[in-house]
Amino acid sequence: MSDKAKYDELQSFIDEMKNEKGPLMPVMQKAQDIFGYLPFDVQKFIALGLDVPLTEVYGVATFYSQFNLEKQGEHSLSLCLGTACYVKGAQTLLDRLEQELKVKTGDTTKDGKFTLIGTRCLGCCGLAPVMMIDDDVYGQVKADEIPEILKKY
Amino acid sequence: MAKMVSLTIDGINVEVEEGTSVLKAAKDIGIMIPTLCYLNGVNSFGGCRICVVDAGAKSLLASCTLPAAEGMVIKTNTKEVQEARRMNMELILSNHDRSCLTCDRNGKCELQDTAFQMNVDEIRFDGKDTKHKLDLSSPAMVRDPNKCILCRRCVAACGRVQDIGVIGPTERGFRTIVEPAFKMSLGDVACINCGQCLQACPTGAITIVDDTKKVWDAIADPNKHVVVQTAPAVRAALGEEFGLPIGTCVTGKMATALKRLGFDRVFDTDFAADLTIMEEGTEFIGRLQNNGVLPMITSCSPGWIKFMEHNYHDFLPNMSSCKSPQQMMGSVIKNYYAPKMNIPRENIVSVSVMPCSAKKFEAGRPEFGDDVDVVITTQELGRMIRMAGIDFERLPDSDFDPLLGDSTGAAVIFGVTGGVMEAALRTVYEVLTKETLEQIEFESIRGMEGLKEATVKINDLDVKIAVAHGTANARKLLDSIRSGEKEYHFIEIMACPGGCINGGGQPLVDSEIKLKTNVVKQRAKALYSEDRGKALRKSHENPSVQQVYKDWLGEPGGHKSHEFLHTKYVERDLY
Amino acid sequence: MITKKDLDKIKAATLTENYLDDSREGIRVTVGMATCGIAAGAKPLFRLLKEGTADLEKVEVKMVGCIGSCRLEPMIEVYEGSKRTTYVFMTPEKCQKVLDEHIKGGKVVTEYTIGAADKENASSITEMSYFKSQKRIVLRNCGTIDPENIDEYIARGGYEALDKVLTSMSKEDVVNTLLSSGLRGRGGAGFPTGLKWKFTMAEADQKYVVCNADEGDPGAFMNRSVLEGDPHALLEAMAIAGYTIGATIGYIYIRAEYPLAVERLKIAIKQAEDKGLLGKNIMGSGVDFTIELRLGAGAFVCGEETALIASIEGERGEPRPKPPFPSQSGVFGKPTVINNVGTFANIPQIIVKGVDWFKSTGTEKSSGTKVFALGGKISNPGLVEVPMGTTLRDIIYNMGGGIPNGKKFKAAQTGGPSGGCIPVDHIDTPIDYDSLAEIGTMMGSGGLIIMDEDNCMVDIARYFLDFTVDESCGKCVPCRIGTKRMLEILERITTSKGKADDISKLKELGKNIKLTALCGLGQTAPNPVLSTIRYFEQEYETHIKEHKCPAGSCQAMIAYFIEAEKCIGCGLCARKCPVDAISGEKKQPHKIDRSKCIKCGACMEACPVDAIYKR
Repeated sequence: MSDKAKYDELQSFIDEMKNEKGPLMPVMQKAQDIFGYLPFDVQKFIALGLDVPLTEVYGVATFYSQFNLEKQGEHSLSLCLGTACYVKGAQTLLDRLEQELKVKTGDTTKDGKFTLIGTRCLGCCGLAPVMMIDDDVYGQVKADEIPEILKKY
Repeated sequence: MAKMVSLTIDGINVEVEEGTSVLKAAKDIGIMIPTLCYLNGVNSFGGCRICVVDAGAKSLLASCTLPAAEGMVIKTNTKEVQEARRMNMELILSNHDRSCLTCDRNGKCELQDTAFQMNVDEIRFDGKDTKHKLDLSSPAMVRDPNKCILCRRCVAACGRVQDIGVIGPTERGFRTIVEPAFKMSLGDVACINCGQCLQACPTGAITIVDDTKKVWDAIADPNKHVVVQTAPAVRAALGEEFGLPIGTCVTGKMATALKRLGFDRVFDTDFAADLTIMEEGTEFIGRLQNNGVLPMITSCSPGWIKFMEHNYHDFLPNMSSCKSPQQMMGSVIKNYYAPKMNIPRENIVSVSVMPCSAKKFEAGRPEFGDDVDVVITTQELGRMIRMAGIDFERLPDSDFDPLLGDSTGAAVIFGVTGGVMEAALRTVYEVLTKETLEQIEFESIRGMEGLKEATVKINDLDVKIAVAHGTANARKLLDSIRSGEKEYHFIEIMACPGGCINGGGQPLVDSEIKLKTNVVKQRAKALYSEDRGKALRKSHENPSVQQVYKDWLGEPGGHKSHEFLHTKYVERDLY
Repeated sequence: MITKKDLDKIKAATLTENYLDDSREGIRVTVGMATCGIAAGAKPLFRLLKEGTADLEKVEVKMVGCIGSCRLEPMIEVYEGSKRTTYVFMTPEKCQKVLDEHIKGGKVVTEYTIGAADKENASSITEMSYFKSQKRIVLRNCGTIDPENIDEYIARGGYEALDKVLTSMSKEDVVNTLLSSGLRGRGGAGFPTGLKWKFTMAEADQKYVVCNADEGDPGAFMNRSVLEGDPHALLEAMAIAGYTIGATIGYIYIRAEYPLAVERLKIAIKQAEDKGLLGKNIMGSGVDFTIELRLGAGAFVCGEETALIASIEGERGEPRPKPPFPSQSGVFGKPTVINNVGTFANIPQIIVKGVDWFKSTGTEKSSGTKVFALGGKISNPGLVEVPMGTTLRDIIYNMGGGIPNGKKFKAAQTGGPSGGCIPVDHIDTPIDYDSLAEIGTMMGSGGLIIMDEDNCMVDIARYFLDFTVDESCGKCVPCRIGTKRMLEILERITTSKGKADDISKLKELGKNIKLTALCGLGQTAPNPVLSTIRYFEQEYETHIKEHKCPAGSCQAMIAYFIEAEKCIGCGLCARKCPVDAISGEKKQPHKIDRSKCIKCGACMEACPVDAIYKR
């Protein structure tokens, strides 16, 4: 989708939500759906569209973990760090992933392929430890399986 | 009649209106619970957990956000409460830049005061201390996030009180930092330099830019002829820097102190205020009589000007083209006084003492050249006087220097909200009706109400006037004009709530005092008294001003006036 | 306008047509399609069965929520007459076999049943020993009805409670029913629900009902299962709340990490609106109530009610001081009832089945059941719903299947980052609000993590505190700075840098944070630390004084060794090592270079003779 089309779509949503109470979060979530992340221009657009200071939009964007201020990788790789998974050794897996991908948790690989995220409980505790790549869920993951799994993408 | 509730604090009964905070209820009976993030009328946040009290719940509650309720039993000073407060204080100090000795707030810092009050004698929990860069991008204020205690008083001042919101909390948890969006600096965003954040800050996290060194250098330079002008609001507050009661008017001592500091000439901005009324009054009458753009809006508040340029530049045609008194004075000093005294322009240093932090920005506007070389604020003048070892309280009174030192009562009240309008009306009325104005004081536009309006009958015309102070009220007023809901002829807008007496450069007042005293009202009283005490109370009666027209300018609104005393403003983006 | 008569008609029709009751004339096949099921691969199975039965008469294939045992996913069930068969570990091939042999051929494929997998003489999950002792009230429909079909909910008596309330109960009646039932908030604090609703009855021009579906506790997924498996239970309860307190708008605040639940809720809301069970003039009663979804964006603190309200209002999720409580000033400053999904899910049944029925389960002060999410070192992880008062021992050994791999039970953690641990000594504690509080923990939302001898309690405390520090909103000093200081101390302890006064410092800090933090997150943040110190102080001392981790868990304090006598020099470990830290000649004992070792444990897993150990 072209940039203009993206902004038009966001504008329509803003127009819909403008007269609702508490529109900021839904608008920001929609913007992230459309653009993939919330850079300065998009946040400015929202600030002007909803007539709130940019400071407020940015304050909300940086408070919640799910809002990305930077462009994300092609694939989002989330390793669950919830208690059940942690107790089953998720930290070791995370270390291994950081090593294999040569990034720190939260960053995107140099080739733009993966963004490594340490995520909150995904709710699949029965399959701990759990890893998600985009919408694919991998359960009972072992450190050795990691290189194989990554190769699929 | 509001419902009253009765509660017990430390065994003492007190009755307050329902909904009053326990903090205020305690104050009523002489118990000053220590606070840090609370600021009366600005911020009631409940974040520092210093003002916690025992209210019989399983955890201690912050008294600043606890509404008094019937039958409450509050204990403010148990051992448990004391220890809890002290530990929270230690935690704050463990994450604070503790280089107090070289800090601008050394000796006048609420964090120091509260730590002292709590008898903190060790910091048991030292650990990581977040490190941030200084923000030196603004000509008026310095931001040092390492001294920030995240009390959010500045956020409330900028966002809630002023309705501007260029700074706010970002990130989360331990990493939280209060700053402009996207890590921009103050100079990059639509900050209007009003300094309300500075006035709200309890520590050295936001301080006034210190330009005193430039002034000392100029005074020490034998080749320089250093001229100083002082704004109306300075005299109503300078005394506070030396422990004098709030609302003491110290005009005479101020003039003496300035002479002792070594200024070659001590003039009064009030003179230029009278001059401004001549020009602005003439301009207004011109618009009234020739179908000019109305409403006309005053232009002496540089915070308001920048606010207008960012947010309401559709009102550019409405702005008075008059410069502010500071700038008019600067222009008169460099273009009239200097040649008159045969002093080459490059040897004159024009210094102004202002209650206003935004004046530092104003003086640097390119269109104003070097008319005002340095702006120092009331706080900085206090520093200079202290540094020189002058015992301010014992100074005798003296007068401003002649030529540009005389002023009328109308000029003095410029420093209060409604004052410029009142001064203008005193002159415009007499010029248009050719009658003497009996009722000199316009009560309807005095006072701390955010938006004031009145109708003044001048000849056959019902002149509709409005006065707004604080940019939040400016927004309301201008929005009502944009929407067509309201119409006026003449409007006065001041960026700071209360007017210049509450400017960003005024002496800092401890939040405890702000809880007990209406500081702005007291300072306003000082100026209104001085007005009443003057023999001449209308700008057009000022003989020195008349002299300058005879000698140099010609007539108000004439060609020379426009060249030296008028200006234009610009459009600025919001982001 | 829908009436009770219409509901009855739908109920009767659906029971028959969808083969929902035991007198069924056809075969009902269900596929477990909650998040776990789908993650394990249920979607292709559903397609396979749908296509495979397309031209069969008298066979209905339906998707359902969580059937009840995560580790056995993907699961499908076949209902025939009054017989129910549960198939586990399904694959497309196995599914095909079941389709051919059982569904078409009438013969149960015994080796795929749950009984065969878990070695019990049973063919359905309801007969399994670990399932029998559960009492499924909140989860009654989960795993048996199609959550995307409102008729199946109605067939199970759905919306009868709403009708009863609207036609024959006054607002006070509803409140009194809840008060008498003893229902307490299932979000963790256990506040009496009836009382909360009572406090919100005062007149106001606008009121709100909010459902807290933020379920941020790591290891907790009770709410997710209800939302994915039986969403209408929540909608019905919220409408009842709306009528009772006089609110016309409801918000469900749901965390964004639950996309399937969000989708199912949207479908459920639309279906309810289409039928006139939500929206304007519900069932002709004159009552209006609409429900909107609001998504969280990744902030655990938004599970705290005032932070949740701030989030709905479009702000940073920073909690607000209480009082005033949401009952007086909640969403947009208006009186608000805010309850957890688990609390709401109980309400329709209390209304229909009555107070005595509800009180017959549970204990005197904690009536009803509680859903727990069992996880960690347990053989049967998953959801269990038990009467309040069931002991921890029962839950772990009867329903949880005990600790796997022959390990010893060390402690159970309840209440997530806000709770404490229960050691072996207290394994017979009845699980109810008050008993748990007495031993230093809390009920929490239901996460129940089991730990064995290989888990280090100091590290667990550090883990929880790390979570809290990251999720702290930053508004108040004790939580923002205090928890950080506590974490710093724990990090030192778990990396051999512990100091002598660390434990007393942790206790002092913990006490102060509990006493002065602004909200529940801060007030309970020290619990995991204080609780583990209370019961495992020795373990802390060993870390601090001897710089050793007895459980062998703290990375910085353990090292991997190859026992030379046992090593057969096969080199498997060296090959597995991701950093080439192992060297050795063929058939010679190998050695680990500790300066390169990243302690991932891959070598230990690979060794065929158990020659590698960690200390």
